[in-house]
Amino acid sequence: MAVAESESVFTPATSRNTRGMLRVIILALIAAAAVSSRLFSVIRFESIIHEFDPWFNFRATKYLVQNGFYSFWDWFDDRTWHPLGRVTGGTLYPGLMVTSGVIYHALRFLTLPVDIRNICVLLAPGFSGLTALATYLLTSEMVTSPSAGLLAAAFMGITPGYISRSVAGSYDNEAIAIFLLVFTFFLWIKAVKNGSMFWGALTALFYGYMVSAWGGYVFITNLLPLHAFVLICMGRYSARLYVSYTSWYALGTLASMQIPFVGFLPIRSSEHMSSLGVFGLIQLVAFVDYVRAQLPSKQFQTLLRAIVLFVFVVAFGGLVLLTVSGVIAPWTGRFYSLWDTGYAKIHIPIIASVSEHQPTAWPAFFFDLSMMIWLFPAGVYMCFKRLTDEQVFIVIYAVLASYFAGVMVRLMLTLTPIVCVASAMAFSQILDTYLDTKTPKVDSKETGSSDAAKVAAAAVLPDGLRSTRKPVVGIYSYASKLTVVGASAVYLLLFVLHCTWVTSNAYSSPSVVLASRLPDGSQHIIDDYREAYYWLRQNTPDNAKIMSWWDYGYQIGGMADRPTLVDNNTWNNTHIATVGKAMSSREEVSYPIMRQHEVDYVLVVFGGLLGYSGDDINKFLWMVRIAEGIWPEEVKERNFFTPRGEYRVDEEATPTMKNSLMYKMSYYNYNSLFPAGQAQDRVRGARLPAQGPELSTIEEAFTSENWIIRIYKVKDLDNFGRDHQSATSFEKGHKKKRTAKRKGPRVLRVD
Amino acid sequence: MAPKSRAPATTPSTTAPTTTTASTPAKSSKSGSSSAPQDILTGIWNNYVNKTPSRVKLLDTFMAFLVVVGALQFLYCIIVGNFPFNAFLSGFSATVGQFVLTASLRMQTNPENSKEFEGTSHERAFADFVLGSFLLHFFCVNFIN
Repeated sequence: MAVAESESVFTPATSRNTRGMLRVIILALIAAAAVSSRLFSVIRFESIIHEFDPWFNFRATKYLVQNGFYSFWDWFDDRTWHPLGRVTGGTLYPGLMVTSGVIYHALRFLTLPVDIRNICVLLAPGFSGLTALATYLLTSEMVTSPSAGLLAAAFMGITPGYISRSVAGSYDNEAIAIFLLVFTFFLWIKAVKNGSMFWGALTALFYGYMVSAWGGYVFITNLLPLHAFVLICMGRYSARLYVSYTSWYALGTLASMQIPFVGFLPIRSSEHMSSLGVFGLIQLVAFVDYVRAQLPSKQFQTLLRAIVLFVFVVAFGGLVLLTVSGVIAPWTGRFYSLWDTGYAKIHIPIIASVSEHQPTAWPAFFFDLSMMIWLFPAGVYMCFKRLTDEQVFIVIYAVLASYFAGVMVRLMLTLTPIVCVASAMAFSQILDTYLDTKTPKVDSKETGSSDAAKVAAAAVLPDGLRSTRKPVVGIYSYASKLTVVGASAVYLLLFVLHCTWVTSNAYSSPSVVLASRLPDGSQHIIDDYREAYYWLRQNTPDNAKIMSWWDYGYQIGGMADRPTLVDNNTWNNTHIATVGKAMSSREEVSYPIMRQHEVDYVLVVFGGLLGYSGDDINKFLWMVRIAEGIWPEEVKERNFFTPRGEYRVDEEATPTMKNSLMYKMSYYNYNSLFPAGQAQDRVRGARLPAQGPELSTIEEAFTSENWIIRIYKVKDLDNFGRDHQSATSFEKGHKKKRTAKRKGPRVLRVD
Repeated sequence: MAPKSRAPATTPSTTAPTTTTASTPAKSSKSGSSSAPQDILTGIWNNYVNKTPSRVKLLDTFMAFLVVVGALQFLYCIIVGNFPFNAFLSGFSATVGQFVLTASLRMQTNPENSKEFEGTSHERAFADFVLGSFLLHFFCVNFIN
C-alpha cells in the first residue's frame, strides 16, 4: 500500500505508460502478497487439506481425476451414508473439483506432473490473487481515481474476513466462489454501464460458473434483480438496463439449470422468484417506455392505468394460484433462518448446530475487517453523494450484505468484498485530497474569500466532496497534509500488522493437526487424528462401517477410506438423528441400532486429557437435540441436565448422562490414567467419579496418543445367545470364578 | 378481461383535461378528442407503421413470431402436460431468450436510442446478438436431454 501512495506522488512527472506499467507491477505484488500471506499453514505444518468439508472435496477431486468427468457426473457413492449411499454427482457443486481437475490436466499437458493434493491445497491462495485483481477492476468501475482500485485490491488481498476461508489447504467451495462473486459483479457493472449484450452474456457465463461452485450464488440471483428494481423505482430505467438485465437473466438462468444439483430450482423455489419477477417487470417497463415514446402523455396515462391494473390482477392471481397448487416450493429452512434468527434453533437443530450458521458476534467484525469497519460507512456515504447507476449497486450491496453478515457468521464472506471496495474509495479520497502538491500555487486569492467561496460552493453544488478536490478549496499548509498522510500511513501499517497477526494466529490452523507449545517454548505437534485414521486404514477390513458423529464423516472417508454412516453433507436428518440416538441412549438401546446399520467400529473424539474443547462431549447436546427432534419420547434433552439445570459429567451427572453410550465411550478406562479417585476432565474442569463406566456391547479397539480419538469395536452377537450384559458379568464371574465361588459361601457365612 | 371493462370507466375523467388544455400537438388532440381505447390503439398502430424503419419492422416480425411460438408451447404444456419437463423448459426458454436478445438488438440498432448506446455500432450490436444467441442455444441443446 505504501507503493500505491508513491504511485500517486509520481503522477505529475510520469507518462501514462509508466503509470500503467506501475499499476501492473503493483497488482502483481498485491497478488503475490495475497498468496504468500495464506501460506502460513503450509510452512508451519505441511501441505495438508484442512478441516472437514475440504476432505470431501479432495476425495471427490481425486475421484474426478482418476475416473474422468462422466463417471464423476454419475457418481453414486456407496461408501457414505451407509446403507443409503449418496448420489454424489447430482448433489454437489462441481465447480471446485472441475477447476482443479482442469488445472491438473493442464499442468500434465505442459509436462509438469504436480500431485493433485498440492493443487487442491494451493488452489485457494491462487484464486485469492485473482480476487484481488477482480476487486481492482470492480473498484475502478466505481470511481475515477486509480488509487482506489489498487487500495481495494490490497485490502481484499489481505483482509482476514476473506483469508479465513482461503488459506492454503482450506479447499472449500468458497475458495473460488468469492473470486467468481466479485468478478460477476464487475461484469454486471460493466454491462449496465455499456448496455451491451456481450458483457451481459459474460456476466451470465460467470454466473453459471458461480452456480456450479457455491450455494451462495443465490446472493447474486437476488442482488442483481434488486439493483435493477431499485433503478427502475428511482426512475432510472434505460434501454441499457433492459439489455444488460435481460441478457443476463435469460442466459444465466439457463446456465444455472445445467447443474444437476440446481436443476429446476430457478423456476420452482421462492429464492429465485425475485429475479423472475424483475425480468417480467422490466419487459413491461420496456414496453410501456416504448409506447410512451409513441404517444402523447394524456392518452398514455389512460393506457398505463389499464396496463398496470391488468398486470397486477394477472400477476397476483397467478402467484396465488401457483402457491396454492404448490408449484412454487416454499422457502427452505436455511433461508428462514436468515430472516428470523431464532427459527433454526426451534425448528431445525441440524442447521443451528453448525457453528458457522450462528449469528455473528460483534467483535468478529473488528477482528475480520479491522479499520475498514469504520471506513466502510464513509465509502457508502460517498456513493450516496454521487449516486450513479453503479454506485446505487454499492449501496444496495452494502446494506444487504451487512444484514446477512450479522445473521450468519459464514456470510461475513459476502460482506468482505464490498467493505474493501467502499473503504478503499473513502481512503483514496483522503489520500487524493491530502497528497496533492499543487494547491499552494493558488495563493493569489486571500484565504478569507476562498473560505467563503468554499461555503458557498458547498451550499450550491450538490457534490460537495468533489469540490474539495479543486485547488481553490484545497489544503494549504504542509503541516496538515503531513499529519493526515502520516496518520493514514500509520493506519495502513497497523492494518497490515493486524491482518498478518490474525492470519497467522487464528486462521492458519489445519484443525486436523493441532499445535501446542511445550513449556520451553518449542512447538509440539499433536497428530492424533491422522494417527487414528491411519490405524483404521491399516487395521480394519476395507468395508468396515464406522459410526461417528457427522462432523468426522468426511475425514474418515478421506483419510481412513472407510464407509461412514453420516457425514457433513447432512442431507438426511433422520439418519443423523439415528446416530444421535445411538450415541445418547443406553447400551441396550444403542446396540440393536448399531447392529441394524452394520456398524463395525464407533469413533468418538475426546478432549478431556488434553483440554481439547472441540470434542464430542461438548457437541453431545446437539446429538441429543437432533435425536429428540425425531424421537421426542425416547430421547429427552432435559434428562441430561441435573435438576439444577447444569450440564455435568462428574459425580453429579444424571443417570441418563452416565448411561449414555457417548459418556461411557468417552470416559471408559479413563481413570486408569490417574491415581485412584483423581481422574480429571481438563476441558470441563470436572473430577470424574471414582468408578469408571463399564462397557458390555462394545470393546475398546484403539485410543490415540493423546486420547483425542477413541475407537471401539462393536461386539458380535454372543455365541450362546445371551445378551451382552449377562455375558460380560458372566465373563467377570468366570475370571474370578474361584474367588466368586468362595465368595458365595461368604454370603452364607454372614448369615 | 377485467381491465378492459375497467378502462372505459377511467377514460371520461382523463378526456376532460385533454380537451380543455389542448396544449398537446395537433395529432394528439385529433385522436384525444375521442380517446376511446380502440382509438388509442389505432393511433399507436398508425404511428408505428409510419415511423418505424423497415429493418426494425423485420425484427419486430421475428419477435412476434417468437411470441406466437412461445405461447403455443405454453398452451401445449397446459393442455397436454409437461412430461418431458426439460424439453418444454428449454424450448420455452429458447423462445423467451431469443425474444429478449432480439429486443435488445432492436433497442441497440434503433436510431431513436442512439444516444443511449454511443459506443455501440450496429455491427457490434449484431455480433453481440450472435454471441448471445449462440450461448443460448448451446445451453438449450445441452439442457433438452
